[in-house]
Amino acid sequence: MRIVAEHLSYTYNADTLFATAALKDVSLTVEEGEFFGIIGHTGSGKSTFVQHLNGLIRVPSSMKRYKKKKPKKGQALPPQTVLTVGEYDLTDKKTNFRELRKHVGMVFQYPEYQLFAETVKEDVAFGLKNFSEKKPTNEEITEAVRAALEVVGLNYNEIAKKSPFELSGGQKRRVAIAGVIVTRPEILVLDEPAAGLDPVGKREIMELLHKLHKEWCKTVIIVSHDMDEISENCTRAAVFSEGSVRYVLPPHELFQKREELRALGLDIPLTARLCEKLEQAGVKLDCDFTIDDFVAKLSALKEGKA
Amino acid sequence: MNALELKGVSFSYEEEGGFRIDNLNLTVGEGEFVAVLGHNGSGKSTLARLCNGLLEADAGEISVFGVPLDSKNLFEIRKNVGVVFQNPDNQTVATYVEDDVAFGAENIGLPREEIGKRIDFALKATGIEQLRHSTAARLSGGQKQRVAIAGVLALKPKIIILDESTAMLDPRGRREIVEVVNKLNKEEGITVLLITHFPEEALMADRAIVMNRGTVVMQGTPREVFARQEELLTYNLDLPRIGIICNRLRALGLNIADTMDEDELVKEIVRCVS
Repeated sequence: MRIVAEHLSYTYNADTLFATAALKDVSLTVEEGEFFGIIGHTGSGKSTFVQHLNGLIRVPSSMKRYKKKKPKKGQALPPQTVLTVGEYDLTDKKTNFRELRKHVGMVFQYPEYQLFAETVKEDVAFGLKNFSEKKPTNEEITEAVRAALEVVGLNYNEIAKKSPFELSGGQKRRVAIAGVIVTRPEILVLDEPAAGLDPVGKREIMELLHKLHKEWCKTVIIVSHDMDEISENCTRAAVFSEGSVRYVLPPHELFQKREELRALGLDIPLTARLCEKLEQAGVKLDCDFTIDDFVAKLSALKEGKA
Repeated sequence: MNALELKGVSFSYEEEGGFRIDNLNLTVGEGEFVAVLGHNGSGKSTLARLCNGLLEADAGEISVFGVPLDSKNLFEIRKNVGVVFQNPDNQTVATYVEDDVAFGAENIGLPREEIGKRIDFALKATGIEQLRHSTAARLSGGQKQRVAIAGVLALKPKIIILDESTAMLDPRGRREIVEVVNKLNKEEGITVLLITHFPEEALMADRAIVMNRGTVVMQGTPREVFARQEELLTYNLDLPRIGIICNRLRALGLNIADTMDEDELVKEIVRCVS
């Protein structure tokens, strides 16, 4: 499923004194199969954007009460908003949003805070029961939950009957992710998936996302503040600032825009900072800003000189 | 005098069984800046809560500036040991920043004038004077955490414990907090216990300690601790990224001296490849 947004704008508390524009004329396409990154400060509009993708925030024209405003005389027509996820037109009132949500899984920040059921199995099965058109049989539920738990690296037999609150932090997060992917969404969106975990936990979660990307969900989208995480993992990344998309580029091109990113108050990865300083010291290094490539290129440089 | 002393402290949560803190010994000197590292569930937060009596130890002794922590001294000790927690949204009680900062000071019944002075001091020390009349709920995460620190500072504590106070912030917010804490330590002489998952944040501490299963398993200067990568990995921890790069480069045959400083690393690389 391809995601296409054109001229997407959104204002919180529209038509009131507290109106705040969160998205301003955003155009962005995410291709099927990408491991896409979304970067930006708190308040840059990135969460508002991702919440559009499964209809948690609706384009006004898709709401039942929506009536088209007639433009005033002499006023130009606003550009046509486009928002599609695969076949689904999210600007259309007739779209089946419930069905859409089955295809677009959303993992919020600190998803373990949203665990609620008495057992891990019930928690993971909740979404499945809600999104299935006809009631799944007990066997179907067990099989789906088993598969979801196993792909996130948990053992069904050991864990299914436990309370999710007995688990460790990393395990809880995995259970929460299992509860989202159990419906086999084609697109998985995660807000800060590694936040609050210890270094090894972080690495394991990123490895898990790559595994899911390969075996389970075609497209993975992560929202992250960690530029190193973006440069190590993403095919492309979009930079949000003040409600607009400033750049959409592969990390190795994006992080060459050091000054532009700094002007937006954003960081660049450690490898990009080192490359910059090396350049100033007269060592030009053409690397894609992953640690692997950085050390490999330096090693090659040394071999060449030797 | 030692700011904080824990001797043979043990603690378990009733419902769990097994120790969360297991015979822990720790001494923190006055004015010292100690970083506490440890994986999720290693007992770091429990340690923070024990140090100001939010939790009561099952065994062992805790003393703050020589005063034993017991029910008699509890309130006195809480004035001296301020804790800032993880979630910025859970720590504001009042609508306006100024009132929020005053909350603790009002609670201990200080005279009005003194409270005013302390608010001025706390806002200034955390660099948020301009937010004095702002609505707390509308601030950024980093600003909210600075408000939380200011609220603790208004009690004039001798020790501040930050329990993963930067975990939920973006990089800018994290830098704000780390700078404020460093300043409080250097300029006000406040003893700091910084509990964190970010190895980078431990670099500026005088001492780093690593916790595992409720006890201290490694300690030393941050550089000493980060010189033991393999051991750290067994505790689910790792080096700061720059240290990882150093090790990788060495593994590829570049003769790079150990460093945690970007400029130094660049110098080392230039020396090796030219």
